Amino acid sequence: MPIAKVLGIETEYGVAGGPDFDPIVASSIIVNAYAQRGHTRINWDFEGETPGVDARGLANLTSYAPIVETHLANTVLTNGARLYVDHAHPEYSSPECRTPLEATLYDAAGEEVMRRALAVANQSLDPSQAITLYKNNSDGKGNSYGTHENYLVNREVEFTHIVRAMVPHFVSRQVVIGAGKVGAETEAGMEGDPAFQLSQRAEFFEEVVGLETTLKRPIVNTRDEPHADAERYRRLHVIIGDANMSQVATLVKLGSTALLLMVLEERGAGVFPGLPRHPVDAVRAYSLDPSLSVTVACEDEKRRTAWDFQDELWHLANDHASTRGADAVAGAAEVALVLAQWREMLDGVRDDRAAIADRVDWVAKLRVVNGYRERYDLSAHDAKLRAIDLQYHDLRPERSLAQRVGLRELHGPEAIREAVHNPPTTTRAYFRGQCVARYPDQIVAANWDSVVFDLGSGPLRRVPMLDPLRGTQHLTAKLLETSATADALLEALDR
Amino acid sequence: MSEQERIQKQRTERASQPAPEVTVDATKGDQLKADLDDLLDEIDEVLEENAEEFVRNYVQKGGE
Repeated sequence: MPIAKVLGIETEYGVAGGPDFDPIVASSIIVNAYAQRGHTRINWDFEGETPGVDARGLANLTSYAPIVETHLANTVLTNGARLYVDHAHPEYSSPECRTPLEATLYDAAGEEVMRRALAVANQSLDPSQAITLYKNNSDGKGNSYGTHENYLVNREVEFTHIVRAMVPHFVSRQVVIGAGKVGAETEAGMEGDPAFQLSQRAEFFEEVVGLETTLKRPIVNTRDEPHADAERYRRLHVIIGDANMSQVATLVKLGSTALLLMVLEERGAGVFPGLPRHPVDAVRAYSLDPSLSVTVACEDEKRRTAWDFQDELWHLANDHASTRGADAVAGAAEVALVLAQWREMLDGVRDDRAAIADRVDWVAKLRVVNGYRERYDLSAHDAKLRAIDLQYHDLRPERSLAQRVGLRELHGPEAIREAVHNPPTTTRAYFRGQCVARYPDQIVAANWDSVVFDLGSGPLRRVPMLDPLRGTQHLTAKLLETSATADALLEALDR
Repeated sequence: MSEQERIQKQRTERASQPAPEVTVDATKGDQLKADLDDLLDEIDEVLEENAEEFVRNYVQKGGE
């Protein structure tokens, strides 16, 4: 049975500069700069974080559970998001959203949060120590950092069925949502000396299924940490995605994946196209082929290009949405928008790239790279071309190329400004964000599934939020509006 | 309101929200080409002056 596809994106931003060029210091300055402007000083609560739990249900002794760093800057925003230092990067984890379009808005709000933090931080730093931020996924030297999507999935779906159904999408969706990359940076990637790849991330994937996210990265990540009622829900943690500058690409990334998960929940894994025989080879080969002509052998004896996979998957999603609806993902108009954009981008990358250069990141980037290269007759590995790649993702307005290539917007500046401060209204993020905004002095910590209050006397009070679809505006606005203080709120909750 | 009614109401509300329009017109290809030429004319003012050093100095620790 399909369940509401609550979803969101977490993005680790690339960071450069800062005192002594220390990325942890620079990341902390960014997070603290934003928090200290009075937006929020509330801490993240690590209760309930179990990133080492494996969805396959067995302890894999060769796996390394991610380390949760509790000593680094970590805060909750009034829009329900988490802003913190993860390893050596500032990270924005969007609030839980109810639809792909809403999650796209809150991803854009994350960029705006980082831009504001950057401006505040650099005011207090010597210009020689100025910090710069990049919404990308690699440094071109073999180091990668993640953009992870999260989707609420019915616990009834077997994990092996998720793998069976979703691997074809995860290896092939880069043809429409890849962010593009000049050159290659891993041993395997550099073998063919490519000038350009579709994806920032593809060459870093080494396994089909696994628990790790920092080494031996898997196409399907098994982290089983639902941040919700584990009897009913799974959170599918998707680590094989690029950070998109194009809002339409973000929408299609989230919308296509959510629609296919809904199809899986309703119809099972058997309706999906056959898996590539060697998924890791497939994801890399597809990335290295901007001509989109490479085929791979599949388990159902067919050979498919990445485009073929996406075409089949689009039909699967479209047929389902048109016959059974897609309420689990979004309303009819939004689902139609997702499907239309996915289709146009798919046809465009094959037949008319100029028509979708305002939506497909890798096409937009490649046009600038090739245009510049031809104009100055440069080699494929000229540093200027790598600078274009990097500055495509640059968050400084005066250095950003993404802001100059004419990318189409779904959400304008006003909506994004609103989303920087206000939470989504149809998930528990509403309650979290509202509590942080209304009772900042009484909240000592918050996390995805609870808010912890300190009323000054007596023990700390934890308000659990185990259902991502409760705590909505519809269910809690009246309670919040009539509770002038945190004491009143907790008293009302006890009644 | 029952759970069922509430779900129905939410569905109706969602479905009635207009999605943003994204349209493509036929002259767009030419326009994009002209825009790209304009961008290439000005791009050196946006690009870091010393591209080699800029790219070389961008070193990240792995994350996730």
